[in-house]
Parts: sequence; structure tokens; C-alpha cells
Amino acid sequence: MAGIVRTLAAAVIACAALALAGFVIPNWLVLVATLAFSKGLVALGIVALMRGGLVSFGQGTFYCAGAYAAGMAMRSFGIGDAALLVALGAIAGLILGIIIAPLLAGYRGIFFATLTLALSMIVYGILNKTYSLGGSDGLNLHAPSFFGYHPARSQNASYALFLFTSLVTVIAAALCRIHFDSVRGLLSHAARDNEIRVEYLGASVRWINGINFVIAAVLGGVGGALSALSLGHIDPDFAFWTTSGEFVFLAILSGYVSVTAVFVAAILLELVRSYSSQYFPNTWQGALGVFLLLIILFLPGGLGSLALRLRPRGAKPARAPAENPNDRAP
Amino acid sequence: MTALLETIGLQKAFGAVIAASDISVAVQRGQTLGLIGNNGAGKTTFINIVTGHLKPDAGRVMLDGKDITGLAPRQVRRDGVSRSFQIPQVFTGLTLDQNLLLALAILRKEGMSSWQPARSDVRTAELDDLLGRFRLRPYREQTIAALPGGVRKLVDVAMAVTHQPKLLLLDEPTSGVAVEEKFPLMDVIMRAIEGTETTVLFVEHDMDIVGRYADRVLAFSAGRIIADGEPAAVLSNEEVQRYVTGGAA
Repeated sequence: MAGIVRTLAAAVIACAALALAGFVIPNWLVLVATLAFSKGLVALGIVALMRGGLVSFGQGTFYCAGAYAAGMAMRSFGIGDAALLVALGAIAGLILGIIIAPLLAGYRGIFFATLTLALSMIVYGILNKTYSLGGSDGLNLHAPSFFGYHPARSQNASYALFLFTSLVTVIAAALCRIHFDSVRGLLSHAARDNEIRVEYLGASVRWINGINFVIAAVLGGVGGALSALSLGHIDPDFAFWTTSGEFVFLAILSGYVSVTAVFVAAILLELVRSYSSQYFPNTWQGALGVFLLLIILFLPGGLGSLALRLRPRGAKPARAPAENPNDRAP
Repeated sequence: MTALLETIGLQKAFGAVIAASDISVAVQRGQTLGLIGNNGAGKTTFINIVTGHLKPDAGRVMLDGKDITGLAPRQVRRDGVSRSFQIPQVFTGLTLDQNLLLALAILRKEGMSSWQPARSDVRTAELDDLLGRFRLRPYREQTIAALPGGVRKLVDVAMAVTHQPKLLLLDEPTSGVAVEEKFPLMDVIMRAIEGTETTVLFVEHDMDIVGRYADRVLAFSAGRIIADGEPAAVLSNEEVQRYVTGGAA
């Protein structure tokens, strides 16, 4: 339980630090960080899948479902509270995840990736032709309220949304850390390594992957709803394959070891994108490609692996090995 | 008395290759059986069928009077059957501790907990006992990928015995291990399960190992059982010498 207490304490400190940072950093960075955290949540879902050995190229499906659920609730039912809208985004992801998970849990590797991609493109195609949902133009959303608080100035609104997004992000990150360190989290890791042994230990790999898929779907829905509130606009591009590809890019950039690394990677990526588009307006995609190439070449385990690399070499294990020669296997 | 394991007319073919042909065997509780035979004789196929890895084309597998034919490995495990593999099936990216902790956690039905940390006080005590029995303490913090083959074999067996199976099937426990380490390795395994009521079936190519540890031997050839009985009798059987041991006994 010490690990859980430590994680929760770190979450409280992170919340306070982010709240303070929101005051200090310029408004444009607040906007960048808000969007980065929203996308980071979707990438965190991919990380949960990656720990079990799967990569989804279709998280845009859930990102889009969360965004449209929040958008339609706001436009059709007049719900304007950010917490309610994000909860609806999560529920949309959850329902879709529960429906799709059993269909995909038996697939691995490129088959799983391609099927998720195909699903997202089906959603994209349907939304493009559904004019009641705005068709290819999408829908505009107005600024949300926060537990009854309606920010008057746009700067206050940005900060309030940043604060709210940070809170949701920290809670999700802490829950994921606890999950990754739990028996089930370790079992996912084990399933990635050796499915046969997992089955022979009495656990179901299909079930493990299914649960991971639903977790990723919920995180996708939450990220989608937050992005919709941050951008003030939703359109079918939320489900387009390049959007899903961006989440995979983020997951590769962060690696699957550290939860914090996912959000650091998300901010880094948004910054690289912002600066590249400012200084190389015609070739910024190339700059982004070079950035990814450098990461894959020099940090194949992602940013999260830096923590492992920086650990002092030759550190003694927690318990020293027994000295009795009879304790040693032949 | 009902046999612990009874196979009735097992048949299995892979295309034109007959891997099991009318295999009918009854194994009594507490026995230690050695399974011998040349490569492709059907020993591993027999283990794979009993543990649910393969479905037989025909025939039945009964455990304690219950039909377990075609059940998935995890269901067969719940009924008390465990196995180790010729190539150890362990989690190479995890530490030895983590491998065994997972096995213990699933045993306690905590495998689906998203809250319980993998390491707990109760499991740590059980882990320590397991490490001691298999003489694995010096390696506990090491990643499996960094361990020698013999130690991996022991981890594989240790993971299989965590739930004190009624029936333990060991597929070539000493293969890939240096000659001088074979007996010490088997000693560790057999001592680790000493005092339990586990019935053991092990596949082995070294007839000295079979002679020392088995109290009954099944000799396989071309998917059939060609001899069944006490080690001395089976190893001196003419057909066994011709097709299996090459006159080594």
C-alpha cells in the first residue's frame, strides 16, 4: 500500500504545482499545455495497451466519441458544465470500448492495429456524411462552466480549463500508475512477454487485453471531451487516421515505462509543432519527422526510459543475495 | 480406486504424422512416471493433450474421474494440472521475484485486481518459501533474460508448483543443462515437491535420470506406447532398446 500512498501524494503535489504554473506561464503556453494534456490522456490509453503488447492505430474512434458526446450534450441538452461533459465523454468511450473489446481481444500485432484503424475510418466516414452532427464542417462549442463558475474573461476561462484539465489528467495518471503497479498491471506486462505461461498460470490473456482496451477507450473519451472544450470545435478529423497516428507517435515518444513521460512528451510534441510551424511554416512536418527519427534512434524506449538510464549503475538490490552456497541453484 | 489421470484411446495426427495412436494410460496418485521415447515419438503431444494445449482428434482425458478433454489450459490448471516446458515459458522481461509473485497472486485469485500491489506481506512470505525450496534466492532480483538456462528451468517448474497441483507434468526438465548439473537440478525439483501429494510425469532422454527418479516408465514410439512398467523392466525391454534407448540400458 506504500506505493499507492506515494502515488497519491505525488498527485496532490503535481496538482498544486500545475495550478501554480498556470499563473506563471504565458497564456499561449497555458493553451498548449491544456491541449497537450488532453491528447496525452489518449496516448496514455495506448500506453496501457502497449504494456500488454498491443498498439491501437484507431484511438481516434474514442477520442472522437468523447468529443461528440460532449459536443452534442452541450448543443442539444444545454449541458455546459465541464465535469459533466467530460463524464459523458468517458461514458461514450466506455460504452464503445465494451462493445468493441470482445471483437478485437483475440487479435494481435498488425491485425489488431489495422482493425482499430479500420474502425476509426468507418467512424470518420459516417460523421462526414451525418449532417445532423455538422457533417465535414463539424460543430462549434461555447466555453464551458466549471462546477457553476462561469469565467468572465477569456484569460480566466483558459486558466480555469487548464486547471480542470490538469486535475482530470493528474487523477487519471495516478489511477493508471496504481493500475500499472498492481497485480493486473504486472500481468499485462507478463502477457506481452509470454501468453502461454499466463494461460497456464490460470489467467485469461483475452480478458487482460479486453480490460486494457476498455481502459484505453475511456481515456480516449475523456481526452476527446477535454480537447473539444479546449478547441471549441469538433469535426470528423478527430477520428481521422492521422489523428490516431499522432497518439501512437506520442506513445512511442514517451515509452510505456512512465506515466509522467506521456504528458511530458505531449507538451514537448506540441511545442515542437508550434515552433516548427512558426519558423519552418512550409516544412514543419519534416521537422516533426526528424524529431521522431532522433527519438527512435537515440531513445528507443522513449522518454520514460531516461529515468532507467539515469539510475546509478551497479546499484545494489534491495535485499542482498544469500551467501549460503546451498541456497544457490545448480 | 479411481486413477488420478486416465487417458482413453487418445488419437492425434498432424497431417500424415501420427503423434498419438490409441494412448490409454491410467496413472495412480503419488506415482512418478518417466516418459521416454525418441524425438517425435509423441511424448510432448501426450503432455500437450493432457494440459489442454492440444485437443485430441479422438479419445478422452479424465482427471480424478472428471472429463477434462479439450478444456483450455487455465481451466485444466484450476482442476489441479500444471506443467513446465522443454523451453522454459517464463516472463523474460520481468525479474525472478515478479515471475513468482504473479504466479502466487493468480493462485490467490488476485490476478484481476487493479489495486492490490504485486508485492504484499503474505505473498512475500510465500515467495521466500518458494525461493528457498528451489534454491533461487541469489537470483531473485535479476531479470529472467539474464539468468542461465538451468535457473530458468527451475523458475519454470517453481511457477508450475505454486498451486500445489495434483498432477505435475515436466517436459524435459534437464534438457539444455550441463551433464554434471542434471542430477543436482532434478534433486532440487524432487525435493521441492517432496511431502506434497503431487503426482509427477516427466519427459526425459537421459536414462540414468529416468532410472533414479521414476517408479514407472512409459516408452513411446511413433505415437504408441510400446512399454509400460517398472524402470528396470522397461529399459531392458527389447523393443525399447531397439526404438528408444539404442541398447543403452
